[in-house]
Amino acid sequence: MLKTEITAEPGSTLVTITRDFDAPRDLVFRAYTEPGLLEQWLGPRGLTTVVERYEVRDGGKWRFVQTDSDDGTYAFHGVFHGDPAPEAIVQTFEFEGVPGHVKLDTVTLTEHDGKTRVRTVAAFTCVEDRDAMIAAGMEWGVREGDERLAELLAKLQVG
Amino acid sequence: MKTADRLSLVFGALADPTRREILTRLAQGEATVAELAAPFSMSQPAVSKHLKVLEEAGLVSRTRRATARLSRLEAEPLREVTTWLARYQRFWDESHERLDDLLAALQEKGNDDA
Repeated sequence: MLKTEITAEPGSTLVTITRDFDAPRDLVFRAYTEPGLLEQWLGPRGLTTVVERYEVRDGGKWRFVQTDSDDGTYAFHGVFHGDPAPEAIVQTFEFEGVPGHVKLDTVTLTEHDGKTRVRTVAAFTCVEDRDAMIAAGMEWGVREGDERLAELLAKLQVG
Repeated sequence: MKTADRLSLVFGALADPTRREILTRLAQGEATVAELAAPFSMSQPAVSKHLKVLEEAGLVSRTRRATARLSRLEAEPLREVTTWLARYQRFWDESHERLDDLLAALQEKGNDDA
């Protein structure tokens, strides 16, 4: 699984994201939990991530702000549930741009032959929230704004 | 209205399959409520309710031509959402590629230190 695999079953509130990394589990866990490392990979190139707080413990708060090349800022925050460990990092996640639509992320790391599989299960509170994100974001959102709208809308109907 | 509030309205409007089909129809051109209701087994008042939600999200505007009241697709809010969501889509692919690079660098550093 060299590419990121994203799965979203119809009618479910879940999205799963799976990806293998050519590194031991402890190292991948560090990359997921140390702010200095997280800032180096979280988000696409061209987006700057600043981790404001990252209290990696049960009940610990986290918040990061991402800035794009047009100075648009996107802030996210949440809380860790349970002490984060390679077996499970459980946290709530909320985009401050659309408050109230909180999801729960569970990240599990498993190691095989020196490679680590990272599986993220994102649980939305309702199918509508998830579908708005999936239908919009993953099916037709992949197309940039300059493309013809009719094409975007046709894609929308696939779901 | 703040961008966040507008995005929230647009998300809500797009969450319904009937409204997405109405938008698809309007992408082909302006239409009356009767024309929009035709493909659905749905009353015109029911379609009007959906149009109201789309109008509040800024996705549809209404104009009058003679006695006909026409609905028209407004593309800008969709572009706004699309732009943001396209970033979301790219987010994981590119993040994971960066993580590959970081993990490789960390392992190399670890080997040097050992």
